[in-house]
Amino acid sequence: MDLLYKVFIDPFVQMGTAPDLLVQTLWDGLVAGVLYSLIALGFVLIFKASGVFNFAQGIMVVFAALTLVGLHEHGIPAYVALAITIAVMFGLAVGVERLMLRPLVNQPDIILFMATFGLTYFLIGFGELVFGGDPKVMIATQLGLPKGAIDIKFAGGFVSLQKIDIAATIIASLMVASLALFFQKTRIGRALRAVADSHKAALSVGISLEQIWVIVWFAAGLVALATGIMWGARSEVSFALEIIALKALPVLILGGFTSVPGAIVGGVIIGVGEKVGEFYWGPLLGSGIETWLAYVIALVFLLFRPQGLFGEKIIERI
Amino acid sequence: MLYREAGQFKTNYTADMAVFPILQDRIGVIVILAIAAVAIPLFGNEFLLQAVMIPFLVFSLASIGLNLLTGYTGLLSLGTGAFMGVGAYACYKLTTYFPGVNILIWILASGFFSAAVGVVFGLPSLRIKGFYLAVATLAAQFFLSWLFIRQPWFYNYNVSGAIEVPTRTLFGIPITGATASEMTRYYVVLGFVVALTWIASNLVHGRIGRMWMAVRDMDLAAELIGIRLLRTKLLAFAVSSFYCGVAGALLVFMWYGSAEPSVFDVNLSFFILFMVIIGGLGSLTGSFYGAALIYILPIVLRYIPPKLGISIQSAMVEHIQHMVVGALIVFFLIVEPAGLARLWQIGKQKLRVWPFPY
Repeated sequence: MDLLYKVFIDPFVQMGTAPDLLVQTLWDGLVAGVLYSLIALGFVLIFKASGVFNFAQGIMVVFAALTLVGLHEHGIPAYVALAITIAVMFGLAVGVERLMLRPLVNQPDIILFMATFGLTYFLIGFGELVFGGDPKVMIATQLGLPKGAIDIKFAGGFVSLQKIDIAATIIASLMVASLALFFQKTRIGRALRAVADSHKAALSVGISLEQIWVIVWFAAGLVALATGIMWGARSEVSFALEIIALKALPVLILGGFTSVPGAIVGGVIIGVGEKVGEFYWGPLLGSGIETWLAYVIALVFLLFRPQGLFGEKIIERI
Repeated sequence: MLYREAGQFKTNYTADMAVFPILQDRIGVIVILAIAAVAIPLFGNEFLLQAVMIPFLVFSLASIGLNLLTGYTGLLSLGTGAFMGVGAYACYKLTTYFPGVNILIWILASGFFSAAVGVVFGLPSLRIKGFYLAVATLAAQFFLSWLFIRQPWFYNYNVSGAIEVPTRTLFGIPITGATASEMTRYYVVLGFVVALTWIASNLVHGRIGRMWMAVRDMDLAAELIGIRLLRTKLLAFAVSSFYCGVAGALLVFMWYGSAEPSVFDVNLSFFILFMVIIGGLGSLTGSFYGAALIYILPIVLRYIPPKLGISIQSAMVEHIQHMVVGALIVFFLIVEPAGLARLWQIGKQKLRVWPFPY
């Protein structure tokens, strides 16, 4: 009985008696979720257009952030460094397409997946070689991002919102909106959707696959850069970030592998679920359940809705 | 010239279905076994045994385990590290509770614990495939790692949070713990690897292996010809986890001597997956090639430059090592997506017709 009480009643009593803590936890979850969404967004972009499950998205985040900070350390002004980093990400996209995707065209998915593992290892080594393995501080203020926190009085307590988190949420929403517009309204966006539907059909109407892949990897690189700036401004730029790429997997399962809004909603659900679970139910199990809770949520979800919240239902014909 | 099967006639089905149908292959296997059992312990130094051969054999065994699941049954798993951890922790708990029983029995028994855990986490495999299943196994990976860190019962409430291997003997000779010599540990590992490889070879060449491969090639068709999917998939999970569990127990008991939970993190899973893919999916010998390349190559990279008189900082070597391994993975995937095992087959084919091109 005692255990049942602790599992089913006590957390809700806590939520009721201290609503400010609940709101704070929800907000923390939301912010973490936004960052997961951004990573998942990079995955979705590449998966949609080439069917490649890009494991390297996490290291691309680290690499973009490191390039930005590293350039700034060499005395280059922040905005110039930003422009150069964008150029570097474009170079990476071209390089990946030329050296990795083109020779591997028409291979099974798992081979392409493994190739992105190789890319991950290469970028880890390369990044450490060029910029060193020490954690770095993100140049948030130089880029004009706000600092500090806003405290809001709420239900007898304080809820503290970091300004950078608010900025991250706004920028993420803007990015998703612009990506959605780009996909729906522009010529290239239409070509991207065509490639996502069928490679062969797209080729037959004269869409260049090579060009599309470069564009998609470049877009994913830009998303990675934005993620790196946001995440780096919250903590620091280090290779530990690479592991969050794995957190994007449950997000994708929840949202569906091919859906841009799905990535966002899935990210928020995972982020909030994780933080609330850790805060209210974590102590029962000895805390630290954050590391696996997301995967278990995804697993349970898989059993009931395998295509995800917004994913297209995959009908497998023989 | 020498490698030619001309004149070797098969007069019955058993000879035709043999694992090594060509005489030269049989001789080759015997030579390799002789080198492993006699030449390496005789002429190898402590470093070769402790830092190269023992881990190479252990990783080969783990790769075979994952290969049975991913290569033969087509189920992608990212939880290998955790299943190895289950083996190691089960073996540790068993031998500390029942110190009287021989450690070799416990190493095998820990494989069964791992198999049971593998079956539980393999249950979703009936409904999901591919990347989705990878997430299910990732759940296993993170959950089990968390368990080993947060639940002190698993490491007997040690202050350090690590498991320490006690000294256990076989016929009066210590085979685990600090007093065991490299040679005895090497022989124990070699014995396990040879025996389990032989069993795996029989499994994949027999009825069970054919069932696995049928499921991998097309699960719907496999079901139609009367293969029960759930049983077959769970069996693959069980056998694979058994191999990984034994490999995990060997890893700690024969190589590390003590282990923290971080040994069995997700990086180990990726490491083993690399070996399987580079070595060749669906090939037992490929598992050995993959383990050799991924494990031994970095060691070579570390020791070659000083020999050549180039002095590089150790941190830099590590970065370059990462880059080289990453580039090699992509290179091998481009050159031969079927892995090193396929390259070896192509080489053999060339040898057969040598010196003529056809």
